[in-house]
Amino acid sequence: MEVSNTILQIISSFIEADLRVAAPILIAAIGLLYMEKAGVVNIGAEGTMLIGALAGSIGAYLFQNPWMGALVAALAGGLVGVMFAYLVVTVKANQIVAGIAINILALGGTTTVNRIFFGLNASSSDIPSFTKVAIPLLSEIPVIGSLFNQLGLAYLAILMVPFTYYLMKKTTIGLSIRSVGEHPESADTAGINVFRIRYGTIIIGSMIIGVAGAYLSVGLLSFFSENMVSGRGYIALASVIFGKWNAFGVLGATLLFGFGDALQIRMQAIGSAIPYQFLLMLPYLLTVAAWSGFVGKAVAPKASGKPYFKG
Amino acid sequence: MIYYKKNCKKRLTNDSSATIMNKQIYMLYVHVRGKGILEAEMENIKQKPVGLLILRLFPPETAWKLLIQILSVFSALLVGAVVIKLIGGSPGAAYRALLVGSMGNLKAVMETLVKATPLIFTGLSFAYAAKAGLINIGAEGQLYMGGFLATLVGSSFGWMPLIIHLPITLLAGFIGGGLWGLIIGWLKVKFGANEIITTVMFNYVAIYFISYLVTGPMIEPPGTYPQSRPITDTAILPRFFQGSRLHWGFIVALLCVFLFWFFFRKLKVGYESRVVGSNFEAAKYAGMKPAKVMILIMFIAGGMGGLAGANEILGIQGKLFQGFSPGYGFDGIAVALVGMNSPFGIILGGILFGALRSGGNMMQMIAKVPISTIYIIQSLVIIFVIAGQMITLENRRKLLAIFRRNNGSE
Repeated sequence: MEVSNTILQIISSFIEADLRVAAPILIAAIGLLYMEKAGVVNIGAEGTMLIGALAGSIGAYLFQNPWMGALVAALAGGLVGVMFAYLVVTVKANQIVAGIAINILALGGTTTVNRIFFGLNASSSDIPSFTKVAIPLLSEIPVIGSLFNQLGLAYLAILMVPFTYYLMKKTTIGLSIRSVGEHPESADTAGINVFRIRYGTIIIGSMIIGVAGAYLSVGLLSFFSENMVSGRGYIALASVIFGKWNAFGVLGATLLFGFGDALQIRMQAIGSAIPYQFLLMLPYLLTVAAWSGFVGKAVAPKASGKPYFKG
Repeated sequence: MIYYKKNCKKRLTNDSSATIMNKQIYMLYVHVRGKGILEAEMENIKQKPVGLLILRLFPPETAWKLLIQILSVFSALLVGAVVIKLIGGSPGAAYRALLVGSMGNLKAVMETLVKATPLIFTGLSFAYAAKAGLINIGAEGQLYMGGFLATLVGSSFGWMPLIIHLPITLLAGFIGGGLWGLIIGWLKVKFGANEIITTVMFNYVAIYFISYLVTGPMIEPPGTYPQSRPITDTAILPRFFQGSRLHWGFIVALLCVFLFWFFFRKLKVGYESRVVGSNFEAAKYAGMKPAKVMILIMFIAGGMGGLAGANEILGIQGKLFQGFSPGYGFDGIAVALVGMNSPFGIILGGILFGALRSGGNMMQMIAKVPISTIYIIQSLVIIFVIAGQMITLENRRKLLAIFRRNNGSE
């Protein structure tokens, strides 16, 4: 009885940890999904998240409200999106290189601004952070109840999955986005404004990615630290590919990757014989496997990564 | 381009299977590059008596590209100045400190070259792939894998003399990165897996793999610190002078730049790589084997990344540990972009970004501008250069029209 209770407790805390770790990746991946569907590959998600994280902590500090932090993060992400969109849509620069530039810019920019704004002795108590919201009744279910005791943003992230799925599959705007990603020439002929769709999806997607950054700095932690995103933007990109550009697939991918991450932390703690680094590699290896067709071929939108030349 | 024509004839007439195709490939090549008009124009210019040495040395296209490139870099520095001003620094003082810190005296220049060395390697890594139409974002991972294999060989076999041990260790570094790149090429050719995504993913796989090695199997006894055993003296890249970290790795880098030029300008396989890069179908039609070429190119590109890692370990760090590269792999992309994938340009690009890195400390100390600002400047350089290159593309035809008028040719 005693033992089974402990096991249940472990499982319960594990489920909670999984969603907690997966949520920021899920938010970023959903943001990425919008522009990926329109044929834009954004490696700069990592940098956009980092900028969102800093903007989030600044916003939360200035307004003394975590939700304002998320809003400021969204605006900052949107600004990055405008810049990225200008580079890859209007100037038609290489999307990958533009993304790398954003990552380097974010690394330098956030470090610099952080030192100027918070100085070296920032105290985390000055920045308000999100608190957990327990859903009545559901959160009292044994074992899986911990699923319903998360940060407010995590619920939003989950809700965005069916919403995005519906938007992409069932609405005209979703159809336009998909056609721009698959075949911009035909989309243009059909009267869809390719530039506007790409600008729109990049900016909105980047805003969402910015919020994912805020989830880290005013959610999981309550301060900004240099390079705190540490690869989550790339994992988000991996989730989009592993989830085969489908909102529910992305949800599954992030939960799986989050599971690996949560497991890895546990294994480090108990000193397991399996090196934790191999679990950390798993998302990337699985994505390469999916991308190469070993585990169900992941097929990208056809116009992925290609700028559109009108006329 | 004229050179291509001669080169194409010379090389391919030697190859009996492709003799008949010779002319068609060239025409097709010109066609797919959309440079046909420019081609003809260049012929015209060169036949004229006023065809000028300067035009031969700097054909208008190259001169224009060069001008845009220089303007792009300067615009980036200008916007960088605005950024420095915005964060409360003095742009003048900051840039002066940056210049003095990186070029002010012989010691500073040598330190700039130290920083430039790995960047030249990773720049070459990106450029090799780019010439063959591939985008290699994986130099960072290749660098780590090269560092790993170089450490494996360099920390043992201490009984060998330096003259044998060091080259073998460098070769190990090349192969370490090369195999990591080869997998990418193989996945692309065999399974159609786009190299951009696979290289991005493989960076992290390599980084975690190194983390595993230096905390596990390769940890230095008794296992206090997460680092490998030191490299034996016989595999260390010797330094030139007392008091400077400049080592023989820089010479190796220059040698690799020369080999890069030689590969693409003098070797048949290099020529084939360029054709594969500009048009896959044309290459297949001409009887080349694009799949083979791509795998080879990814092997060499990976090898260059691997040499960057080996160079850092054997010349500077002396042992393998986590995060020994501060993003040299990604900086290599910027180096190749600024250098327009040309041998000389890559050296200059490497020195430019090396100077930013080596002068950053001085900038922080004297001008009180945080060292992280150099990353902002660096990203601005990338952004302006890619924007500038698109302008070049747009204006190519316009420039041509002006040129045609000035030369009075039809």
